[in-house]
Amino acid sequence: MDHHLLSIITFMPSFAALILAVFLRGNDEAASRNAKWLALITTSVTFLISLFILFDFDPSDTGFQFVDEATWIMGLKYRMGVDGISILFVMLTTFMMPLVIAASWNVTTRVKEYMIAFLLLETLMLGVFMALDMVLFYLFFEAGLIPMFLIIGIWGGANRIYASFKFFLYTFLGSVLMLVAMVAMYADAGTTCIGGCEVSLLTHTFASQTFSIAGITVVGGLQTMLFLAFFASFAVKMPMWPVHTWLPDAHVQAPTAGSVVLAAILLKMGGYGFLRFSLPMFPVGSDVVAPLVLWMSAIAIVYTSLVALVQEDMKKLIAYSSVAHMGFVTMGIFTFNQQGLDGAIFQMVSHGFISAALFLCVGVIYDRMHTREIDAYGGLVNRMPAYALVFMFFTMANVGLPGTSGFVGEFLTLMGIFQVNTWVAAVATTGVILSAAYALWLYRRVVMGDLIKESLRTITDMSSRERWIFAPLVAMTLLLGVYPALVLDIIGPSVSALVASHDTAMEAAGAAVQTASE
Amino acid sequence: MISADLNVVLPEIVLSLFAIFALLGAVYTTKDAMGSLLVWVTSGVMVLLAIWIGMTGSGETRIAFNGMFIEDGFARFAKVTILLSAAAVLMMSEAYMKARGLLRFEYPVLVALSVVGMMMMVSAGDLMSLYMGLELQSLALYVIASLRRDSIKSTEAGLKYFVLGALSSGLLLYGASLVYGYAGTTQFAGIITVAQTGQASVGLLFGIVFLISGLAFKVSAVPFHMWTPDVYEGAPTPITAFFATAPKVAAMALFARVLHDAFGNAVADWSQIVALLSVLSMFLGAIAAIGQTNIKRLMAYSSIAHMGYALIGLAAGTQLGVKAMLVYMAIYVTMNIGTFAFILSMEKDGKPVTDISALNMYSKRSPGKALAMLVLLFSLAGVPPMLGFFAKFGVWQAGVDAGLIWLVTASAVASAIGAYYYLRIVFLMYFGAEGDDRLDGGNSGLLTGFLVASAVIMVVGIANTFGVEGAAIAAAATLVN
Repeated sequence: MDHHLLSIITFMPSFAALILAVFLRGNDEAASRNAKWLALITTSVTFLISLFILFDFDPSDTGFQFVDEATWIMGLKYRMGVDGISILFVMLTTFMMPLVIAASWNVTTRVKEYMIAFLLLETLMLGVFMALDMVLFYLFFEAGLIPMFLIIGIWGGANRIYASFKFFLYTFLGSVLMLVAMVAMYADAGTTCIGGCEVSLLTHTFASQTFSIAGITVVGGLQTMLFLAFFASFAVKMPMWPVHTWLPDAHVQAPTAGSVVLAAILLKMGGYGFLRFSLPMFPVGSDVVAPLVLWMSAIAIVYTSLVALVQEDMKKLIAYSSVAHMGFVTMGIFTFNQQGLDGAIFQMVSHGFISAALFLCVGVIYDRMHTREIDAYGGLVNRMPAYALVFMFFTMANVGLPGTSGFVGEFLTLMGIFQVNTWVAAVATTGVILSAAYALWLYRRVVMGDLIKESLRTITDMSSRERWIFAPLVAMTLLLGVYPALVLDIIGPSVSALVASHDTAMEAAGAAVQTASE
Repeated sequence: MISADLNVVLPEIVLSLFAIFALLGAVYTTKDAMGSLLVWVTSGVMVLLAIWIGMTGSGETRIAFNGMFIEDGFARFAKVTILLSAAAVLMMSEAYMKARGLLRFEYPVLVALSVVGMMMMVSAGDLMSLYMGLELQSLALYVIASLRRDSIKSTEAGLKYFVLGALSSGLLLYGASLVYGYAGTTQFAGIITVAQTGQASVGLLFGIVFLISGLAFKVSAVPFHMWTPDVYEGAPTPITAFFATAPKVAAMALFARVLHDAFGNAVADWSQIVALLSVLSMFLGAIAAIGQTNIKRLMAYSSIAHMGYALIGLAAGTQLGVKAMLVYMAIYVTMNIGTFAFILSMEKDGKPVTDISALNMYSKRSPGKALAMLVLLFSLAGVPPMLGFFAKFGVWQAGVDAGLIWLVTASAVASAIGAYYYLRIVFLMYFGAEGDDRLDGGNSGLLTGFLVASAVIMVVGIANTFGVEGAAIAAAATLVN
């Protein structure tokens, strides 16, 4: 089927941004209102169109669908397409963006620029998940830094400049290594096409013979080198321990909507990158590095959970909890089995809803009290019953209570890892307990108890706008919790194809090693 | 016979005659009062010549004066770029020069003459015509660098440029004489048959090295870059803008012309030298710019780094490399014209300001211009999706194709370092503290137009580079085959 639906939803937000930039004049109330409405309508329409793609999508086909292709400059091809893995991230993005815009309704400074930044960001995020050309992927991946850098730097909190620079330089340095690896891949495979072309990177076998360079033996050869270069970028983006330190700063300083986008979508680019590049293209390299990644994940889960326990700042606490949950994702990905990978992808989607909702919960009270200090709150349940309910729901989901989507993801990844490495699994499971500890403790300190703080006497419960923002998130978290097949049916075939290709590649590599040693 | 030859060099003749008559006319009539008019007429003539050259070239290669002068697709591409950028800089400079009493009638005439020199350079088919073009260009540039006669800095810039330029011309001439001595001819077509990989004599290799050194000075590649920051800082800003654009294209094109037309069979002999120049330029440009607070000095280091990237294309020694270099230069020139349009508009109480701290919170005062500048800075840094990234991508592609993976890797690292100082300007404009040295004025519609147009090109151009890439492919095909 030849149509341009993917390109349409990708570029519609930036088209709206262009309209805002060119035609909207003035900085008064009316102009701000128009900017907000245009952004909300555009993102909603984008979501509706993406629903068509979801309904038309055929999960049993493991190839790329809705492929949109055109020739481009520098001998490159503009190719967009989705498969069972990427379509979920596309849906997550289009689903979250209207909520993000609605959550930004109270922004007062430079509203027009704010909306432009978020609309452009949506284009770039969608592009990352759809790109079927390595250079196009890099383009979207990198360009996403610019609007996010500005969002943190202009609309962020008191220490925003430090945070925005840290964010930019961390991620930029990571991706330079990725770019170098891409250059090497192009040199080796002679194409930049990811999949579905005559010669494509997904079907190309990169050399995996062990070699020595400067006295260091590189097991897995070129594949390991390439893997590590990509790893530098994706691990920062993910973020994995020990390169996660930019995330708490960025989260704390970003405006609420910025935190939501960061947690719900931008963090998923790392995981998506592993699934699109690292695993299928460098199976041997992945296998060599997997034990290290598994242990890093286990450490991340336990260490960041412990760090979360002592946080005084609500956003920081949730940021560390995000790092812990992303630890489950990397762990699941590097089990190389169906449950683990299913669980990892499920966890990413579910974390998209839950962490976004938690940051929104912080945003609700931050808008009223202008502080994120946990100590400044207490006993909110007395004045804000609806808020207490919503916050509790998402706290439970974050802990992984059965019946919420958080449970399914954690359970599947743990099931996957038990088959591979029991020790890592045992360590990681303690993370589940720790997450209950910090999340419930946060909830108790903020919401429960008597309302003794003078400043909180007049706090008001959620407005209907805020309730409407949470409604879809609650619905999705519950729905995926009780009916996970909704996601698993879509990703299933693509994941099993990925697992199968990984196994074949490992067998082939093993056979090659055997013949070489004989 | 002679009329056929003259026909080939007609654009150069037209521009020379124009310069001569403009000079005579101004001298015998109103002198400096004609300055403004001459600037506009000169840029008009240049645009017309660019259109003429761009339209008439039917793809065939024409050779004049027994191979001294070659007019092929490559030369036409370079000439159009040179003429258009020189015209753009002239137009941008008129108001600035006039306001500061610098608008002497010699200025447009000298620019026109240096452009004639550049056109000679890119069409050179012989070491003699190469040197002639180069000197015509350089002498005119020496004079305009010190156009502000009563300023110590400007005179210093001119003198420094002249002394070092003369030295490099000496190196180049020495190299040319060695090449002549060992090849027995000064004509590129003759040299190429002698200079074969692995068979070139030591003398000839020495000649190549000296030639490359001389040319590296003209493109301000490290270690021949020392003059650049001082000259950029000392010269009046419009002249800095001119230095950063047209002469760079001409020198780069001449570099490619000599390496491929004269030494195209000895790629392995010079590729490593060019690669070394390239890697040194990229790193020095990236690192030395970090500490700069004067935006003109900063742009000097930026241009050194950019020349390093463009040299990757030459180091590749292939048709793809030449194409990537040409595209790089075209994009580089467009970015620089926009950036200098912005720098020209930086003023306070009628005085030019070059300190970047004056840009504190600039985005609050004029959001439109700040946004355009943001796009340009990200493009200069090579951050996707701006066109500047594709310029870099093109040379990387060529580098990988030629097996220069180490060079490409190094340049990726250098570009990450270099991103920092561009980012710092963005940082000042958007997140800086509100200072009291805010800029005023500088709201010239023309400058804003150039700034915005160049920013728009950086974004819209990623669709198809406005056909520049196609033209560059055709141009490269005529040089390397």
